[in-house]
Amino acid sequence: MTAHLRIVAAGPSSTVQDRGRIGYQRYGVSVAGAADPLLHAAANALVGNPAAEGAVEFTLAGDSLTAEGGPVRVAVAADAALAVDGEPVPSWTSLRLRDGQTLTIGPLRNGTRGYWAVEGGFALRPVLGSVATHVRSRLGGLDGGTLKAGDRLPLRLDRAADRGEQRLDPSLLPARGGTVRVMLGPQQDYFTPRGIAAFLEEAFTVSHEADRMGCRLNGPAIEHARGFNITSDGIPLGAIQVPGTGRPIVLLADRQTTGGYPKIACVIGPDIGGFAQMRPGDPVRFRAVDAAEAGRIGARHRAVLAGLPGLLRSAGGFALTDSARLLSFNLIGGAITGWD
Amino acid sequence: MSVTPPSPFVPPAVPPPILRAAGDSALIVELGDGIEPALNDAVHRLDRRIADAGLPGIVETVPTYRSILVQFDPALTGADALGGALLDLAAGLGAAAAEPALRWIVPVCFGGAHGEDLDEVARRSGLTAAEVVALHCAADYRVYMLGFSPGFAYLGGLPAVLHQPRRENPRMVTPAGSVMQGGEQAAISPIAMPSGWHLLGRTPARTFDLRREPPFLLAPGDRIRFTAISAAEYDRLEALPGFVPDSETIAADRGADQGAVA
Repeated sequence: MTAHLRIVAAGPSSTVQDRGRIGYQRYGVSVAGAADPLLHAAANALVGNPAAEGAVEFTLAGDSLTAEGGPVRVAVAADAALAVDGEPVPSWTSLRLRDGQTLTIGPLRNGTRGYWAVEGGFALRPVLGSVATHVRSRLGGLDGGTLKAGDRLPLRLDRAADRGEQRLDPSLLPARGGTVRVMLGPQQDYFTPRGIAAFLEEAFTVSHEADRMGCRLNGPAIEHARGFNITSDGIPLGAIQVPGTGRPIVLLADRQTTGGYPKIACVIGPDIGGFAQMRPGDPVRFRAVDAAEAGRIGARHRAVLAGLPGLLRSAGGFALTDSARLLSFNLIGGAITGWD
Repeated sequence: MSVTPPSPFVPPAVPPPILRAAGDSALIVELGDGIEPALNDAVHRLDRRIADAGLPGIVETVPTYRSILVQFDPALTGADALGGALLDLAAGLGAAAAEPALRWIVPVCFGGAHGEDLDEVARRSGLTAAEVVALHCAADYRVYMLGFSPGFAYLGGLPAVLHQPRRENPRMVTPAGSVMQGGEQAAISPIAMPSGWHLLGRTPARTFDLRREPPFLLAPGDRIRFTAISAAEYDRLEALPGFVPDSETIAADRGADQGAVA
């Protein structure tokens, strides 16, 4: 029988995501894709998948999933409490779910988004070349929507490969902080010097108006130099648009393809994932980098992504009844502070 | 989105291109400002040139009213090298041969249950409903760009007498294939969606249909000519699986003159 994962309980906003839908923005199709590509890649690496494989992105709290058929190898990249049939198991570690076993992923202790991946990936038909879910246009994933209780996610592999489990020490991943690096433009000429100074020198906080499409910030109003309307043009990932209120909005994976507000700056690619992990109330400061510095940061970031499989260590096999061993895993899990 | 008032047509309308940084993996080539046919023509010519040039590292391009967002893979190219190549392609664009464009002949059942706002649009314009339909069918609409949702094409060329503000109270759902007007533009809704635009009629042609290859009917730079059909003809065409309207190839510069914003 073909293996499935049945969603027993869904988190508040869980969607299948990959690296996004590339090549169709000219037709009005949003890119979507993982909001935090690093953790998405980490979940995939733990189960031996390529970084671009579809995995589930959950928001604030995770899902409960039951293996149907299998066994099924899964891994969670998130700082959250996990349990299999009520028994605690470690995060950042692959594990096998036998037919009928249920993995429960608790609330995130840090950040806003976590990922779980399944070995071999989901047997979902790509839409326009991608399984990324874009809920607003009902494209991709499982019928274009968020996961809900009762959903069955078909799997490519009938049973988990016969190999050992892997773990990843998340403290080895790059630290993320409240300073977000940006490149000014494309429309910095729509702002006064005072507006740009406020943007780069003052503190902002993440507001409650934040989702996969964009994140509105609280803080000083950014002063426009000549109105706040431009003839609509394309919106790159991480663009920071400033509407008439002067309150900036950082546009993320599910952003619209075009827009008519001037964009003072763009978050550089390597800092998008960390920004997308911020919670309402978290402080944000922007620092401008030039193209050369952004290029150096980007090269280091690509090396981190490419090196993820090399950070994996054998987790050995562990028995779910071995509570002493589990406790040690949980202590590791509970000591993660790299995400603060 | 923002729409600036149409500018009078003043050839040649291709100022020196501006290159704008758009983060660490995108550049914007800006050919001008505003919404006008000659400028938009230049955008589509440059977009074609970029595609034909096969520059390394380009991920995708997003042509809009007056600019092109060029997304690139920073592992494969850099803003300096790519920006220089893009400016080279943009240089001498005005002298480049016009690209042929497609003109779609889109059948529309106007008014009644197919276009609830036709009478109101006519009343506000001081015209009869038949006159509004005749104006829409005589206009040569230009697909300035696609955005907002998959397959949503912003159509320029709405006759000035029909320009009027959008509905005060947007509808939560308008049916797929709705032929609408809002402000100075017209559109065909690709899927059922909320909209504040005025509904004039409905076409059995679907501008976005994942069951069809390619799923998108309209491309940036295409033209549209509406033709009125009866409700019976609408039903007949809608029942055809994967109905695609007729199209013809036209020279872009001829269409530019006809499509000038009135």
